[in-house]
Parts: sequence; C-alpha cells; structure tokens
Amino acid sequence: MADKVLMKGNEAIAEAAIIAGCRHYFGYPITPQTEIAAYMAKKMPKIGGTFLQAESEIAAINMVYGVASAGRRVMTSSSSPGISLKSEGLSYLAGADLPALVVNVQRGGPGLGGIQPSQSDYFQATRGGGHGDYRMIVLAPSSVQEMAELTVKGFELADKYRMTSMILADGTMGQMMEPVSLDLEVAPAPEKPWATTGTKMKRKHNIINSLFLTPDELERYNFERYDRYKKIEESEALYEEYLTDDAEICIAAFGIASRVSRNAIDEARKIGIKVGMIRPVTLWPFPSAPFKKALKTVKTFISVELSMGQMIEDVRLSTDCKVPVILCNRVGGVIPSPDEVFECIKNAAENGGVE
Amino acid sequence: MRELKRLTLLCGHYGSGKTNIAVNIAAELKKQGGNVAIADLDIVNPYFRAKDSVEEFKKLGIRLICSEYANTNLDIPALPQEMYAVTDDRTLKVVLDIGGDDRGALVLGRLAPAITAENDYEMLMVVNCFRPLTRDAESTIEVMREIETAGKIKFTGLVNNSNLGAETTEADVLSSVSYAENVSELSGLPIFMTTVEKSLFERLSPKIENLFPLDLQRYIFTPQGDNQ
Repeated sequence: MADKVLMKGNEAIAEAAIIAGCRHYFGYPITPQTEIAAYMAKKMPKIGGTFLQAESEIAAINMVYGVASAGRRVMTSSSSPGISLKSEGLSYLAGADLPALVVNVQRGGPGLGGIQPSQSDYFQATRGGGHGDYRMIVLAPSSVQEMAELTVKGFELADKYRMTSMILADGTMGQMMEPVSLDLEVAPAPEKPWATTGTKMKRKHNIINSLFLTPDELERYNFERYDRYKKIEESEALYEEYLTDDAEICIAAFGIASRVSRNAIDEARKIGIKVGMIRPVTLWPFPSAPFKKALKTVKTFISVELSMGQMIEDVRLSTDCKVPVILCNRVGGVIPSPDEVFECIKNAAENGGVE
Repeated sequence: MRELKRLTLLCGHYGSGKTNIAVNIAAELKKQGGNVAIADLDIVNPYFRAKDSVEEFKKLGIRLICSEYANTNLDIPALPQEMYAVTDDRTLKVVLDIGGDDRGALVLGRLAPAITAENDYEMLMVVNCFRPLTRDAESTIEVMREIETAGKIKFTGLVNNSNLGAETTEADVLSSVSYAENVSELSGLPIFMTTVEKSLFERLSPKIENLFPLDLQRYIFTPQGDNQ
C-alpha cells in the first residue's frame, strides 16, 4: 500500500499539528475550515489532548493565550470573519511574547462575505489586524502537502521566536484533496523557562503580561521585539522560483493563485514568452531578495491575487518601483482561470507592462 | 454495472467519493432507460455538490433534486423542497447522495420509514482506505455503525472507492482489495462494486469483479484548470 493518504487541506493541518506535538485546540466552527475542528474533535480525546469548541472565536483565542503561557504547543483556526474577532487576542499574544499557531482559511469578504476562496486578508495577516506594533510569521501553503509541512514549521518558528505563526490558506487549499505523506520531521520543542508552570518553590515566579507601568519599559520591549523581527527578516524568508533565470516577465503569486499561474506560465512559454514566477512561501517576512535579484532581467512584474491588490504593495516595495507591477486579480470568491492569467502575461509581453 | 433497485443510497465518511459515484451511477442508469433522478441530500458540505454536473444532467435528461442553495454562499443545512418525490414517485429510479458521516446521515431518518416499507433499495457504504480516518477495516466499521444509527437504515453493500486522487495507480487499487474484503468479512456485507477513474478501468477490469468506471467529475479533487 502507498505510504500516502488522501486528505483535505484542512485535515492535513490538523494531523500535522498533532504530529508537531500540539495537544490543545480551541476553535469555533466556520466554513471553509470546519474540518480542522471536526478532525481535532475526533482525534484529541483519543490521544489525551484537549479539543474544545469555545463559545466564540474571542474565547478560543484567549484559551490559546492560556495554554501558550503554560509553554505548550497550542492552536486555533478560523476563517476571515472569525480571524477579525480573534484580532484583539493576536495583539495580546504579541504583547506577551507567546508562541502559538493560528490558521486562517480565507473566504471572500469584507463582512460576512461568502464561503468561496479569497486572499484578501493579506494586509490583515502581514500588517497586523490587531492593534500595536507587532508582526506574525505568515506562511502561505500552495498544496495539501505544504499545508502539513508549514504547520510543523509554524510551530517551530513560533517557539523559536516566541511569537504567533499564522497559516494563511484559502478555501480551495482547505477543501481540496491531494495525496499527502505524513512522514514529517519535527524538531523537539525548546525549553521554555519563561512559562508559568509552577515554581515548585524553586524559582522566582514567572509573569505573562502585556501591560507595562512606565512608557520607558513598554518602549524597551517594543525595541527588543523589533530586533527579533529584524533577525527573522534576515534569516527566515522562504520562497520558490519557477523559470526566473531568463524571465522578462515575472509573476508574483502565493497559494492557489500560484498554481493557476504556473499553468499559465507553461502555456506562455510555449509561444516563446520569457515568463517566470516568484512564489512567496512566507508572506511575512516577505522574500524581497529574489525580487531585487530578478530586476536584472525582469521588465514587468504581475501580481496575481485573489484580492483587490494587497501583496502588490510588497512587490513594489521590494523592487523600489523600478519597473511596472501589474495586478491580475479576481475577488469575491472567484479564482482567476489560467486563461485569464495567460492573457495578462500576453498583454504585458506586447505592451511592456503599460496598463 | 450490477442491476440496481429503485433507490440507491450512497453514504460514507466525508471525502470518500459519494457524490462522484452518485453522479456516475445516475448517468449509467439513464443509459438503461426510464426516469432517473439524482437527489442531493447533503446537509454537511457546501462544496463539491452533485449540482456541479448540472449541465451534464440536463443533456442526459436526469432530474436533479437539490436545494436551491447548493453551491451558493448561503451556508445552511438546507434540504430540497422536492425531497419527498424520492419516496412518493415510484416511477422514478433515484440515486441518493447523502452527506458525510453520521451528521449527514441524520437526513435519512425522515425518509427511512418509507424507504424500508417499500423495500426496493440498496444502502451502500462508500469506502476509501487511503482516507486517514478509515485506513483499516475496524475504523471503517466504526464510521459505518455511526451512520446506520443516525440514518436508521442498515447497509446492504459496500462500494470500494479506494484512491489517491490524481496520483492513483493500478497497484494502489489492487492493494485496496484485501482491505475491502476485510470490511466485507467483518460487516457481513457484499462488495457491491469497486470504482476506479476511467483511465484505469480497462487494465483493472479483468482483475477485479464488478468494476465500475468513473467518468463525470473526475477532476473534483483539485481546482479548475489545475493539472499538477
């Protein structure tokens, strides 16, 4: 029998979290990520873990805060409107320097929106969402296999840097089924001497808190946190390049948009257009280096997104606006077709990127 | 395809392939003549519905009994207005696509008295040994019992739909035969059919009894236009 199983993206996240040692899940159902909660509900009781359906998303994220304070791997998951509700908790996790994994399987917005896939929470994920100066490590899977692998990675990075990792997927990634290998490597969780696990009368008690009594102290914590963020920007950016060596047109796309784009690129290459793709795997830290490098040959960038144009800002910032960056997008739960992306590539090739 | 009763009920773990099989059985039934309907009674999953094949049904002359909210953004457990046609109109041959797991099978509770009274049905459990929660016969039987309890109808047979999506090989299907036989032995139910994607059908049909090719909705696993 093959060593792979056929899984939905949502199930792959749940199983990978368990493999990564997560034994505490708190959530509230919302389409298109409910299978994560359903899977946890079935599995956690059998392995001595906690599955708890909270009374709301707000309650769930604060339960995550509690378990993270005790130094255990913990996660919650939701979809766009639910992540908005969790945003206060995300800011508190950042303010208290707590590691946790949060999954957003995005759907169309704003408001209640729809249940079809979207990437329009890019700003919310990479720029905050909650209040205050903070960052989250944002990971963008583009296959069910990556849903599993990046979940493990998310826990590891969260522990390493004492911060929240977010899996930013979309409804397609959550719902689609693909064969997955669950032979995942997991680094052991580091010691957490800061956790509130009981002093046993042997040490000074630990305090988990995001309130500081003097502005100077709060400023110092912000500076320290941003020193850490700088290290992450220098060392943790992940990306994949596809046919970029000679590319004159370069697509930037993540998640489901990158899969559609890859098909369009293959078609465009057949008619001789030199087009490639940079696929950011981490959205924060954004992988600026390959974009700067690509400027040697690239005359036009195309940002393919399921949003009104959010990542496009990071593409422009990474390239100092030296060449045009065009938006190719569909929104509201619609996925651009390979033909649409192909047409956009063709127009860029013919018109040099002039919209 | 084996001869079917008036009603064919397809149940199973979610993601086991019920809809895909229901759509293909309906198409095959229609070729044999008569009035054929497919009834989408899924109240669990708002995606991957029989309605995805609405154009094919129109072409083939298959009646689609389905909530008007299927495939829309209104994410509620809605049933079709015409659902009682399934039991009331005995001139119809109907394939029933039931939602996943015991929660999906709750729908059957309402129809069970009429279905069992008429006693012209197959209640089929769709199984896939490559799905993580039904990897072996024991866990599959557990899901099966949960569905029977919720749906108030006993299973009469199994559909072995073991597959790994687009990566499925001949060897994968062959390796699932002993799993299906184990489920069959433990449950006392016959393997009603084994289903494979159409391209694997010819090579496997001499090797597996009651093999049924799946043609419609073959690309249900991955988004449109994606051929990775």
